[in-house]
Amino acid sequence: MISAFFIFNQKGEVLISRLYRTDFKRSIADVFRIQVVSNSDVRSPIITLGSTSFFHVRMNNLYIVAVTKTNANAALVFEYCYRFISIAKSYFGKVDEESVKNNFVLIYELIDEINDFGYPQNSETDTLKSYITTESVMSTAYAAEESAKITVQATGATSWRRGDVKYKKNEAFVDVVETVNLSMTSKGTILRAEVDGHIQMRAYLSGTPECKFGLNDKLVIDKSERGGASDAVELDDCRFHQCVRLNEFDSSRTISFIPPDGEFELMKYRSTSNVKLPLRVIATVNEIGTSQVSYAIAVKANFGNKLSATNVVLRIPTPLNTTTVDCKVASGKAKYVPAENVVIWKIPRIQGGQECTFTASGELTSTTVRQVWARPPIDIDFQVLMFTASGLIVRFLKVFENSNYHSVKWVRYLTKASGSYQIRF
Amino acid sequence: MSIRAPRKGENYELSVDLNSEYRDKRKDAIKKVIASMTVGKDVSGLFPDVLKNMQTDDLEQKKLVYLYLINYAKTQPELVILAVNTFVKDSEDPNPLVRALAIRTMGCLRAEKIIDYLCDPLQRALKDDNPYVRKTAALCVAKLYDLKPELVVDNGFLEQLHEMISDSNPMVVANTVAALTDIHTIATSGHPPPSPSDPVIFNITSSILNKLLIALNECSEWGRVAILNALSRYNCQDEKESEHICERVVPQFQHVNGSVVLAAVKVIMIHMRGIQREDLAKQLIRKMAPPLVTLLSSPPEVQWVALRNVNLLLQKRPDLLSSEMRVFFCKYNDPLYVKIEKLDIMVRLANDNNVDALLSELKEYASEVDVDFVRKSVKAIGQTAISIESSAERCVNVLLDLIATRVSYVVQEAVVVMKDIFRKYPSTYEGVIPTLCANLEELDEPEAKASLIWIIGEYAEKIDNGDELLSTFVDTFTEESYQVQLQTLTAVVKLFLKKPDSSQGVVQQVLNTATKDCDSPDVRDRAYIYWRLLSTDPGAAKAVVLAQRPPISIPRTTVPPALLEELLGEISNLASVYHKPAETFIGHGRISADSVQRQGSELSDDRSTAQKVLQTVVAGQQAENLLDLDDAPTEEGPSGLAATQILPSTPSAANFLLETSTNPLDDLVSIFGGMSASGGGSGSGDASADGGLGGLGGMDSFGAISPTSGNVTSPLDRLGSPTTAQKPQEDLLGLF
Repeated sequence: MISAFFIFNQKGEVLISRLYRTDFKRSIADVFRIQVVSNSDVRSPIITLGSTSFFHVRMNNLYIVAVTKTNANAALVFEYCYRFISIAKSYFGKVDEESVKNNFVLIYELIDEINDFGYPQNSETDTLKSYITTESVMSTAYAAEESAKITVQATGATSWRRGDVKYKKNEAFVDVVETVNLSMTSKGTILRAEVDGHIQMRAYLSGTPECKFGLNDKLVIDKSERGGASDAVELDDCRFHQCVRLNEFDSSRTISFIPPDGEFELMKYRSTSNVKLPLRVIATVNEIGTSQVSYAIAVKANFGNKLSATNVVLRIPTPLNTTTVDCKVASGKAKYVPAENVVIWKIPRIQGGQECTFTASGELTSTTVRQVWARPPIDIDFQVLMFTASGLIVRFLKVFENSNYHSVKWVRYLTKASGSYQIRF
Repeated sequence: MSIRAPRKGENYELSVDLNSEYRDKRKDAIKKVIASMTVGKDVSGLFPDVLKNMQTDDLEQKKLVYLYLINYAKTQPELVILAVNTFVKDSEDPNPLVRALAIRTMGCLRAEKIIDYLCDPLQRALKDDNPYVRKTAALCVAKLYDLKPELVVDNGFLEQLHEMISDSNPMVVANTVAALTDIHTIATSGHPPPSPSDPVIFNITSSILNKLLIALNECSEWGRVAILNALSRYNCQDEKESEHICERVVPQFQHVNGSVVLAAVKVIMIHMRGIQREDLAKQLIRKMAPPLVTLLSSPPEVQWVALRNVNLLLQKRPDLLSSEMRVFFCKYNDPLYVKIEKLDIMVRLANDNNVDALLSELKEYASEVDVDFVRKSVKAIGQTAISIESSAERCVNVLLDLIATRVSYVVQEAVVVMKDIFRKYPSTYEGVIPTLCANLEELDEPEAKASLIWIIGEYAEKIDNGDELLSTFVDTFTEESYQVQLQTLTAVVKLFLKKPDSSQGVVQQVLNTATKDCDSPDVRDRAYIYWRLLSTDPGAAKAVVLAQRPPISIPRTTVPPALLEELLGEISNLASVYHKPAETFIGHGRISADSVQRQGSELSDDRSTAQKVLQTVVAGQQAENLLDLDDAPTEEGPSGLAATQILPSTPSAANFLLETSTNPLDDLVSIFGGMSASGGGSGSGDASADGGLGGLGGMDSFGAISPTSGNVTSPLDRLGSPTTAQKPQEDLLGLF
């Protein structure tokens, strides 16, 4: 299993080093620095040298590295690295060199808690926060009793929740966030349209509430069984937070659980059928001879006019030898960014049904080498509130608790794209 | 005793602060010590000063001191003994966090002296009321076993662990399983292997099975992985049991953690072997597909691991994702390693219905920036053409479009691919030959040149200016690389046999040059053979050189069936990511590292380990590189860190390599063995002949035309040719 855990900065300096097992010396860090950090041509996240395997994940300007000498479970190691990142994020905001340096004591404490002898241990942020805190804890008689409770709970069947939670007002917030992945050809044929959804929940509920959750979904296991018109959304697959009873879901398709206190991701799902694309893009790009390129791009908002898309950003690629681009836009702002070889067109808001257009012409310098322009796709980022591309709706959220209190539930929907909504031209 | 630091400098100041009367100052100093330790400065001299701060109520400070101890205990074995009292006291603390911390830390100190004091507290901790302490203690037994196995056996800890599988707390069960598995692995890798009844062996019995199945639904995600791993080792008594396990494990497909999903896939794939009911097996496979596709929305690294495993699963179950090709389309900003894996899987999933979509995608990829990816995409077009006959014409058209772009590396790769298409569908697409020949001057890579020359030789009678084209290569013969020389030689002989009148001069010239001015024995020998054949019996020469060759095909699997089964049992482990058995890359790592550690003094040890690692690294880079995503058959030194020479060049090692690498090569081995000329992807070399000359064909396909699947990369070529090519040469000498 994981024998050592390191965090390196961009220069290959060790920021955090923890050896869990004895088959390595700290000097193994140098090998990683030489082989990966100072190697510009790294083509795999796992590197095996001799019998030593390095797993690395890049995060901002950091390398999160796990080292092992066994035939380790690769998926587990990477999931663990990402879990570490998410825990670190929830403890001190962003994860970068500065924050790691400022919080190194806390990080050591955390990585000792979530990993013992190379085996990952309980890594639920909520539970961790109950006994690993930023202020120092004194071991007094009261603390002993308290931590006895915490530890029993942290290892128990509902390791994600303490029993004694109390709120004056019992509330639960449900956010349905959908990320649309699209790739569309120049002719407007959809190559792939997929919704990655996740349902984020913030539960501020007293006691040990038993929740039941219902969607207008229909989980499709076999595509050939499809058919019959209904308002049900077809989900290709869904995955749940560990609090959800998977057995019950498997047998009766009910989502029942005891939620962790606070924020957590209840469910992830994937849908590929009947994806409603919020934005349509029609792009015509012509290379005129070898010295000019012309653009005509239209973006149309494809949803009800009460809704609107916000923070729309189009990244329109330009040939590498572009000198200047002359842009004309009716709404928003467009600017040529030579360093990235793109024109960035920002539109703060597009109302449903509205159409925005963009025309531009770019000047190209002549080049000696004949290099065909690869024409990377146009990429759009946006957000649409109260809209789901899959059509998913939360039907109900029922909360049962012994004291029978009244609870208030809120639901929000958001559809967005970032870096995955691509149109070729 | 350590030498005290001089009375100035950073360490001295720290030592003053560590002895300060103010608590805050002391704590800050400890933090500074840890910071120095992290960046690699030697602060072991402060050991006694840090140790003084161990006895504290401040948990954070205690943890820091413990962290320091873990790092330096080995260097100061005499002083560690001073810490024992505190540890033992802590292990009886009313606060379970403190108790667990003490047990956890004591297990990590690698000092002989302290281990003896660990047994009593550990004994207590294993029976502690608090599950948190028990779960820590369970792992501590594994730590102790790693350090001093006798102590674990003598104190009966193993029996206690076996009892703890029945613990009421799922997390304790999970850690116990992890610990027992860990001990099991160490024990079974040692020599001699322990007897099956030894308690170090962790056999999953049917009563343990039931406990594990219960704990599975309740424990943390990581615990589930440990338990699922244990389940995969269980030997089912009958079909009913296999079905039962599968039914209980299937719900885990819905878990949010990708490693749990893959571990569940592994258990299902293993226990499905015991299921006879076809409908149930089909249903399981069907349920497996959506979660696997969902893994594609994980972070790229997890995606990559999943893709490598999907690749394996598809080799076993081609129907697994039959309708899902589109989800494997590459996104523009996917990392390269993900793209290349996706490409492989797309080709695997191609069929008559989706081939059009696939081709338009591949064409799109062929215009991207990364050269390797573009080449792979062009290769994929060739693979599609060869595996789906009805699509061949469309593939050829796409290739022609690509050649028209005149991007050098695209054209060259397309020429190589066209050659393979000709080998699969002889005399079908001759119309494209003029286009290919028009690009003759663009080609500068040996493989592309060799491919074009092969095409010209093969269709010499249909190309009007074939002799002109070939004679340009003959003129520069000595400057070309060997594989081009070999192809030129064969092509000219073919030309001569087909058009004897116009090409006598050329053939004379090439045979002359090849036998006199060429320093490659392969080229020379082949030239001699041709020369003698032509001079003694032109009829025989025709039968040999222009013989009918079987069309090539692409194997469905890239690993031999037995290895595939083994790898499916390793799903999500490194072995399944590399598609290689674990022995090839983990070696005897654990043992050799230990033995290295026990030898010699601390300092030189440290240095020599580092040096050895670096040597391994250098050798590894020269010989091969696992970074190479190209399915390169990778072979590691057998003894881990201690290995400085990576690739043993003995024939048996080469054979082993061939075994574990790719199918075409397996075929090759069989050619040498059985002298049968029909060998899948590789048996149809150009100079190949029927019957006894099969060896020559095989030899040729090593050098000049690599098997179409593109799985064979240069390191293997380099290694393979000298050892394997010798045999046929000897045979040939005997023949003439």
